[in-house]
Amino acid sequence: MAGPVVYRTRRSVLHMAALAAAASVIAPRLSKADAKAVEAEIKKLYDGKTIADGRVKLDVPQIAENGLVVPITVDVESPMTEQNYVKAVHVYADGNPLPGVFTFRFSPLSGRASASTRMRLAQTQNIVAVAEMSDGSLFTTKAEVKVTIGGCGG
Amino acid sequence: MATRPTPRVRVPGNIKAGDAVEVKTLISHEMESGQRRGQDGKPIPRKIINRFTATFNGKPVFEADWHAAISANPYQSFFFRPSENGELKMVWKDDDGSEYTATSRITVS
Amino acid sequence: MISRRHFLHATAAAHALAVASGLGPLGRAAAQQRLSEQDILRFEPLGQVTILHVTDIHAQLVPLYFREPSINLGVGPAKGKPPHLTDQAFRDFFKIAGGTAEAHALTSDDFTALARTYGRMGGMDRVSRLISAIRAERGADKVLLLDGGDTWQGSWTALQTRGDDMVQVMNALGVEAMTSHWEFTYGEDRVKELAEKSKAAFLAQNVRDNEWQEAVFEPRKTFEKGGAKIAVIGQAFPRTPIANPRWMIPKWEFGLREEDIQKQVDEARAEGADVVVLLSHNGFDVDAKLATRVNGIDVILTAHTHDAMPGVVTAGRTILVASGSHGKFVSRLDLDIRDKKVTGYRYKLLPVFSDAITPDPSMAGLVHTIRKPFATELAQEIGRTDSLLFRRGNFNGTFDDLIAQAMLAERDAEIALTPGFRWGGTLLPGDAITFDAIANATAITYPACYRMEMTGAQLKDVLEDVADNIFHPDPYFQGGGDMVRVGGVGYAIDVSAPMGRRISDLTLLKSGRPLEASRPYTVAGWASVNQGTQGPPIWDVVKAHVARHKTVRIEPNSAVKVTGA
Repeated sequence: MAGPVVYRTRRSVLHMAALAAAASVIAPRLSKADAKAVEAEIKKLYDGKTIADGRVKLDVPQIAENGLVVPITVDVESPMTEQNYVKAVHVYADGNPLPGVFTFRFSPLSGRASASTRMRLAQTQNIVAVAEMSDGSLFTTKAEVKVTIGGCGG
Repeated sequence: MATRPTPRVRVPGNIKAGDAVEVKTLISHEMESGQRRGQDGKPIPRKIINRFTATFNGKPVFEADWHAAISANPYQSFFFRPSENGELKMVWKDDDGSEYTATSRITVS
Repeated sequence: MISRRHFLHATAAAHALAVASGLGPLGRAAAQQRLSEQDILRFEPLGQVTILHVTDIHAQLVPLYFREPSINLGVGPAKGKPPHLTDQAFRDFFKIAGGTAEAHALTSDDFTALARTYGRMGGMDRVSRLISAIRAERGADKVLLLDGGDTWQGSWTALQTRGDDMVQVMNALGVEAMTSHWEFTYGEDRVKELAEKSKAAFLAQNVRDNEWQEAVFEPRKTFEKGGAKIAVIGQAFPRTPIANPRWMIPKWEFGLREEDIQKQVDEARAEGADVVVLLSHNGFDVDAKLATRVNGIDVILTAHTHDAMPGVVTAGRTILVASGSHGKFVSRLDLDIRDKKVTGYRYKLLPVFSDAITPDPSMAGLVHTIRKPFATELAQEIGRTDSLLFRRGNFNGTFDDLIAQAMLAERDAEIALTPGFRWGGTLLPGDAITFDAIANATAITYPACYRMEMTGAQLKDVLEDVADNIFHPDPYFQGGGDMVRVGGVGYAIDVSAPMGRRISDLTLLKSGRPLEASRPYTVAGWASVNQGTQGPPIWDVVKAHVARHKTVRIEPNSAVKVTGA
């Protein structure tokens, strides 16, 4: 793979620093999204509608093993019937260069509003999920993922 | 890109009608984020798979819009509650317009 | 009994020993100024089942000195509680008199004098003798022997045989299940190969392949002992790919996976388990928290943090055992089980005093055979030490000071970084520094001693990150291990401050000037988790340094100022 990765984790930045053989091209410092800007953006996206806490669950590791591949599962409590189902879950990372991570869209045929993927995280940050229900109501939750160089262990 | 992205799919066997089962998918793809610069200092253009869809007998089951933060060789799992036999079709859409497809025959008991 | 030593009882308070020390009758024996194998083994059996636990042996085949820490701070809920007690506070809590055999085994002050009195500890032939004696006394069908991991790494023979020596030894010992951490530093293929060769079930519920998220190893196994069904769930060190090179295990994912532990417990109960045991490599504080969050675990056999406690800690119904490290101890836990419940238990931390225990001849033979091809190399005397050389302690160890000095000198660096590993033996003043001893503190599969430039700001970031992994108030964010040791630089640390604000007053010791955030410094270090790290193996660096100086003397280290503890 050519060129250094901007989505390099702090862990690897530090360990890269700890290596003379650092990449020849230094990645440009992009202005990263910050938590407040992301929060404001989410409010704007949903037109200032009320977003309640709960119902949506985020399963992410508290500590990332590899910032380039962080597993994430969203799970929303719902009967998933034609009358009452989860339409979508939007996920944002407030410390990445671009905050949007993904949108999952479900249907009654899903049977269960749960899905998993893997994402890149540039540093320790919050992951924010917003779930849209078929009746238009919105729910949110937040989880922090720590990206670390670790200690060297017992 | 050296090779065409290849999807792989895992669907459980012995599906009972009305049960929600988990489908797991993987596709080989570098998911170039558009956030990197090459050795020449020029930005490497974004090239990611931006959308994944799963349909059953033509009806939507699950969709994902992926942004640049999705990891290389993207993984996607989702649930699916079939009540009849049919075909589960999964499509990955690339920024360059390409589509990669996988299908699974579903038999319920 | 073969003790040649005079087991001196140095201080008063002998009565307190007999009262409540978890070492039990050993206390009386020590008070009577002698100690025998019978005293170490003495135990009034209870119930139907005996669980024996050894852990963090770190491939130590032969007896050694191992000094416990003088600083072992607990933070958050663990502050001031066992196992975060040292020296007098530890002895007070466990009712151990100073100057006794137990004081030597479990505390650090007066180490040199007590070591000369009570001798070395451990040795797999001694461990084997104790285990055989317990099996004979109790009935082998009632005894379950479990190994908490960090077994295959830590010595020259383990490194040269890539863990094979320890698999032979643990097979001969009859270990029935194990879990793992440093084992993973031999890489995926080798771990699978050795797990296959190991007669012990290699249990690790929290390791998944990172492609399909499927289990890589058996999560648990049920054993029938004394008519009871004992389900053992294995928990590998959750942070292995962070603390050790991820590139060696590229297809595996770890993590704590608390909900999955609960599932394993529930499944085990549904299958009729009478007792559920978590064979864990999480570290003590992590397990102490886990015990309050996962329901239905009867026993957690803890590991990783190398804590040794002559008594158990309980959290609700859960009993936590801490069995120390380096073959110094064997834990015996007897359980009385009625109607699928543990209705009683009795515990003893058996200290493996090498001079008081008859070596098991067949294990002694195996150890001899394993070490023979390396005997000349291992015995080679590189120099001698005038100072006590030890590893443990949250901020410094004199052995680490020696390693740091070696790197500064041999790699011509301004700053040296040496990892806060908790393994490696102790040398007494006057001891020879053999190659064996150097390898015991350095034998890893990623030994390159790198040399590079780092700015003051980057160095601070590294210290902050590592400090957060040790002093985060939530145990689930702690990785175990001790603070990275820094040579050439002093600093102040407020352990109670939040991430990013613990470290201050970074000073280059040579000039006495503050470290400049933007200035690059030449830094030498080892055990980088990055693939392709260049440099000579660390043991060669230390060897060259010791050989040059012949006699090593380490001055007291006051470069780290600690507050907030």
